[in-house]
Amino acid sequence: MKHAYTWGAVLAVVLASTTGDVLLSRAMKQVGDVGELWRHAGLLTVAGRILRNPSFLLGILAMAMAFYSLLFALSWGDVSLVAPASASLTFVANAVAAKIFLHERVDHRRWMAALLVAGGVLLLAA
Amino acid sequence: MTFRKYLVLSGVTLFAAIGDSLLARGMKQVGNISLQRLPDVILTILNPWVALGIIFLLGFFAAYMTALSWADLTYVLPATSLGYVLLALIAKFLLHEQVTTTRWLGIALISAGVGFVTQGPALTRHPRDQKEASGDRLAEPGGTRPVGTRMDP
Repeated sequence: MKHAYTWGAVLAVVLASTTGDVLLSRAMKQVGDVGELWRHAGLLTVAGRILRNPSFLLGILAMAMAFYSLLFALSWGDVSLVAPASASLTFVANAVAAKIFLHERVDHRRWMAALLVAGGVLLLAA
Repeated sequence: MTFRKYLVLSGVTLFAAIGDSLLARGMKQVGNISLQRLPDVILTILNPWVALGIIFLLGFFAAYMTALSWADLTYVLPATSLGYVLLALIAKFLLHEQVTTTRWLGIALISAGVGFVTQGPALTRHPRDQKEASGDRLAEPGGTRPVGTRMDP
């Protein structure tokens, strides 16, 4: 039963942090190149435009949920299982979500990269 | 990809790894936190290591947001995953943990993944995307509308 709780919490971490990453990425694409915007309009404009973006605020909320889910997962399972499992599953989930929701071109190269990194993270904790 | 952009990606990588290491060191000093006394978490920021770690993680967040403003999520995440390698090296040389063969293999896989993704384009260009091509990739058909319209106040 404890096992099921742990994996449930890991799943929640993966879902919440993928949602957060996708929302933050969408927000920053709407804001536009920060370096360019800073040079043209100044830091205050950049900060204002980011902080008033609804996707950004929702993304932060999702990240906070991911953080608390991670705390719960850690209280049920070992850190050596929970941390790498959620990090490595998040890499793969992000590749899928970025393709579906952000319409990024996830070619062979990017799939390979996501899978290699996910595998590497798992091995680091082994 | 310009030098400045590689600098931002390095910032994402370095700040995350250093921030996490500082937090880990600080939290070891603070000790266990129980869920029953969650408000104690607020007091942990009084620990100098934790405070410094949070400053580094804020730097990480700023660099991460900057990177996402001009690169795809599926580019930024693998490209900055060298932070895991850096964490393993910090663990070995500063915290004197043992790094096993399996871990070195994991480091090799992550490095290979980083190599793969950084060879490719950083940003997907959509036909309706009006951003100017930054020179690392030829503009695609349909991407020839006037530039700058996105920047309008």
